[in-house]
Amino acid sequence: MTQQNSSPSMKTAKEVEEFARRQDTKNRLLLASPAILIITLFAAGPLLIVVLYSFLTAGDYGNVKWIFSTDGWFSVFMQRDIFDDTLQIADAHVSIFWRSIKLSLLTTVLTAAFGIPTAYFIATRPLSQRNLWLFLITVPFWTNLLVRTIAVMELIRGEGVINNVLRWAHIIDDPIQMMFTDFAIAFGMTYVYLPLMVLPVYASIEKLDFRLVEAAYDLYANRWKCFWRVILPIVKPGMIAGSILVFVPSLGAYITPRVLGGGKNLMFGNLIELQFGQGRNWPLGAALSISLMVLVMVALLYYVKVSGGDDNNEHR
Amino acid sequence: MNSNKPEDSVAIDVQSVTKIFKGETEVLALDDVSVQVRENEFFTLLGPSGCGKTTLLRLIAGFEHPTDGRIKLHGSDISLLPPNKRPVNTVFQNYALFPHMTVAGNIEFGLEMMGQAKAERSATVDRMLALVQMEELKNRRITEISGGQQQRVALARALAPHPKVLLLDEPLSALDLKLRKEMQIELKRLQHETGITFVFVTHDQEEALTMSDRVAVMSAGKILQVGSPRDIYDHPTDRFVANFIGESNFLNAELTKVSKGKGMIKLASGAELDASLPSDAPAVGPVSILIRPEHSQLTKRSSKAPLSGSIDNIVYFGTDTHFHITLETSEAFTVRTQNKPGFEGAFQIGDQVSLTIEPDAVQVLKD
Ligand SMILES: Nc1ncnc2c1ncn2[C@@H]1O[C@H](COP(=O)(O)OP(=O)(O)OP(=O)(O)O)[C@@H](O)[C@H]1O
Ligand SMILES: [Mg+2]
Repeated sequence: MTQQNSSPSMKTAKEVEEFARRQDTKNRLLLASPAILIITLFAAGPLLIVVLYSFLTAGDYGNVKWIFSTDGWFSVFMQRDIFDDTLQIADAHVSIFWRSIKLSLLTTVLTAAFGIPTAYFIATRPLSQRNLWLFLITVPFWTNLLVRTIAVMELIRGEGVINNVLRWAHIIDDPIQMMFTDFAIAFGMTYVYLPLMVLPVYASIEKLDFRLVEAAYDLYANRWKCFWRVILPIVKPGMIAGSILVFVPSLGAYITPRVLGGGKNLMFGNLIELQFGQGRNWPLGAALSISLMVLVMVALLYYVKVSGGDDNNEHR
Repeated sequence: MNSNKPEDSVAIDVQSVTKIFKGETEVLALDDVSVQVRENEFFTLLGPSGCGKTTLLRLIAGFEHPTDGRIKLHGSDISLLPPNKRPVNTVFQNYALFPHMTVAGNIEFGLEMMGQAKAERSATVDRMLALVQMEELKNRRITEISGGQQQRVALARALAPHPKVLLLDEPLSALDLKLRKEMQIELKRLQHETGITFVFVTHDQEEALTMSDRVAVMSAGKILQVGSPRDIYDHPTDRFVANFIGESNFLNAELTKVSKGKGMIKLASGAELDASLPSDAPAVGPVSILIRPEHSQLTKRSSKAPLSGSIDNIVYFGTDTHFHITLETSEAFTVRTQNKPGFEGAFQIGDQVSLTIEPDAVQVLKD
């Protein structure tokens, strides 16, 4: 294409090719530059800052002093006893990690339990109705997260809707304590993250060719076998995507556990926030953030490996 | 026509089946259809798009249930059984192979669902792979094989459980011409080797004629005629059937005599000819008759000939030539003659000619 503009001297095919290749690389770099810029500015940059901060010393009133220190990382897992200065495992942190993982897993399972049938229901509606159902599923998502969380609080608090109804029906006499429990957090997160499960699962069920279901029935499968051997393996990618989309933000959730879990039932997100706020220990906060990221990455790798495996192995 | 087959017992007996799809508008997909498919035969449902072929097949498979009427398999009523309880398998038009399984996994699926033991299953899978010549691709994923190969896997999968009846819904329509011809032969071979009754759906008349033991021609939810390919081609009893399969000359004539299933017709020229009659023979009087273009020959003008006219046009087709003729009754008539090497032909456009009609060439139509 560019031969006309270049020097009039004869060129061998090889030279032309080489020129085109270089031109190509240049063009590609040019085309990719906005993406590269954005990734550097908004992803890699901040991440590097966080890594950097995690190796600095905490300032007295927040912020950091530019002195190298591993105290932040040290305090992620260990603590010194206030009285005799002996080293201990930071069991407060460990229990928060554990609760975060537990509640996130629970949330993922609950969103799957409610979300998959919902997605199936929507995907099997007539085409004209599906968009309405999808719309209804996503409407809460347009509302501020805090407002939605407070709405959940209205449901489950002592004088809330659920307790009032139960008392009115004389099923219980005293209100059930639901606020400020792990249940409240899981309940709230399930509600908040449900669309993130429904949408990808819906997409994969909608793509499912129902003729495959007919083929399974034709080949003597009953309903259960058909679901287990044909529908499930084909919808699995959607379920994996949904689980990841729910699990990851659950693990780092901040507002929901803060509002519904109260001060006692901290999750990872609250612990991090604490270090940047009242705790005034930015290096610890930064180290915790990175720990969370590593945790998520390890969990994802493990999950994808376990669930994304080749499903044909059983046939061989 | 099929009496040379050892067994003439009925495999599938469709008894006055009507199917109405209820939706925003009601669709009458099958209108009081009755047909019998014999054991071990290659039976074809032929008809234009939307005539109800797939619907009939789905009713036999069990994916739909008749609005009215019954379907029997070897004498027992299966109308209400779900598909997984019917010893009938389907080769789907789009194959519907399980994308998450290997070739072998697909073939094994039905056997596994039937509860066969592992060893027996593997043996059957290997036998099926050999039958469709796919041994090398045993462990390939479905997404990693070609359309023609998928076709073979779909066949093997449906044949593996050794169903009483195999249903095939336009299984060759996605293949290119060459592959299609190959698979036509292949299908005949498979049917012969397995001895399974095949019910084959197509809208391609050539495919129907070359492959079938018997053909049912459908139109608008009805079966118009059932018979051997030869029967259907030489003696279509219905104008639609005649038009749908091959080319036709329709003439007005008068039926003068009916005896023992044979008739005598009189043409406008006064010539009288023997004629085949449809099963429910019409009364004596004016009728429509059919003569295939190749069942007539051109001769020099003669007053004794049954038909005479002038040549309007001559179209050369390589293997044969079409003469378009306007008869003295001003009806149009086409004659097809086979070309012989080095023979230019003795007739020119505008020539006055007469036509001879071969014996057994006249068919009286129902209408
Ligand atoms: N599920 C359905 N709901 C409503 N109408 C249907 C349904 N299935 C088929 N029909 C209608 O029934 C008629 C027969 O359809 P069918 O699929 O049996 O035709 P076909 O002969 O197989 O045609 P083709 O050669 O195009 O596959 C058509 O008018 C079609 O629109
Ligand atoms: Mg069809």
